[in-house]
Amino acid sequence: MPTTSDESLIAAIAQGDRPAMEALFARYRIPVFRFLMRMVRNETTAEDLNSDVFLDVWRQAGTFEGRSAVSTWIFSIARYKALNALSRRPTEELDDEKADAIPDQADDPEIALAKKDKAAVLRQCLLKLSAEHREIVNLVYYQHMSIEEIAGIVGIPEATVKTRMFYARKKLSELLTEQGIERGWP
Amino acid sequence: MTNANKATPGEPSEAELLLPWYAAGTLDPNEMEEVEAALASDPELASRYEWVRSEFAEETAIGDAAGEPSPADIKTLFAKIDAMPARRSQTASGLSERIAEFLASLSPRTLGWSAMAAALALVLQAAVLGGIAFHEKMPGSYQTASVPQAAPADGSYVLIRFVPQATAEDISTFLEANDLSIVSGPSGGQLYQVRVATKKLPDDELPRVIGRLQKDKVVGFIAAMP
Repeated sequence: MPTTSDESLIAAIAQGDRPAMEALFARYRIPVFRFLMRMVRNETTAEDLNSDVFLDVWRQAGTFEGRSAVSTWIFSIARYKALNALSRRPTEELDDEKADAIPDQADDPEIALAKKDKAAVLRQCLLKLSAEHREIVNLVYYQHMSIEEIAGIVGIPEATVKTRMFYARKKLSELLTEQGIERGWP
Repeated sequence: MTNANKATPGEPSEAELLLPWYAAGTLDPNEMEEVEAALASDPELASRYEWVRSEFAEETAIGDAAGEPSPADIKTLFAKIDAMPARRSQTASGLSERIAEFLASLSPRTLGWSAMAAALALVLQAAVLGGIAFHEKMPGSYQTASVPQAAPADGSYVLIRFVPQATAEDISTFLEANDLSIVSGPSGGQLYQVRVATKKLPDDELPRVIGRLQKDKVVGFIAAMP
């Protein structure tokens, strides 16, 4: 059975079609939630924002003109709401200074063992990235967004998308070096 | 013959920049071919690609570990939808209706006598802002910045295009926080003429103001008016 396209669902939602809204919601609720979780790192907040995102989709479906993919539009809403939520937090963002403040547990045998597990260390370093770097890493690797799609979501030129990802990976290398893992790059 | 794997010293090559999307399988055929050629001819690049694959695997693990929203989320969503005012045709929504909706969203305290002046100012702003909504962006599109008119002689003015995701409330907050006022707009290209100062700012001051305002999340484009 052919799947109804996102664009068809949006057109129906603009007319107040609830089943269409349910279908679109079912299609995107998990990926959008996981993107929000990556950004705000709090399950309750991510759930609230997820609901807000789709409420805005319902409200604004009539303004969608099809100049980008529906997914791009939905994720751009999600991104904006996540950044709003982060900006309202006094000290939540794990920036470079905060990352440095994480106590060095080099003497802990378990940590020493974990350090040998490069995958686990890499995962911890990915979690420490700034919001700007987290979002692009997630959109590329997890949400499987193209350069063009990410440019539309984040609102930056395609060339900047590529360099921003490069610098996110460069930051990742620095964090790995701090944990004793040298990539020899960049 | 492409030079996707040739880079300026200290700068990544195009192939290196594309590695994450290659790992994710989201390159177009031409780009994929270029990256594959570069990987085949550059062992150093190929070894770096192994790190990309590791990043891809771990980011995937992080994403999967985030779990799922509560099964009740659809009920929550539709409860909110049902609580909204009766839906009108979005394409036929007039300015007066949008102003009425905006006023309805204000709390009774805000609409109290002492806040009436502020509410009136907000209404005027909302009237100018008009149908701001979550318009989707066309990535990389060029929009002609058709400047409606030169800046008035008194005061300092800029042209601002707000990001598509910004709500009227976000923009009002931005304007109030920075003591700005919309003079006109939107013109072609969704540009608003915004007064940043009641007097003409020194030549070196306006760029600083623009630089500061540019950092706000609602600002998609800003430039001094000619």
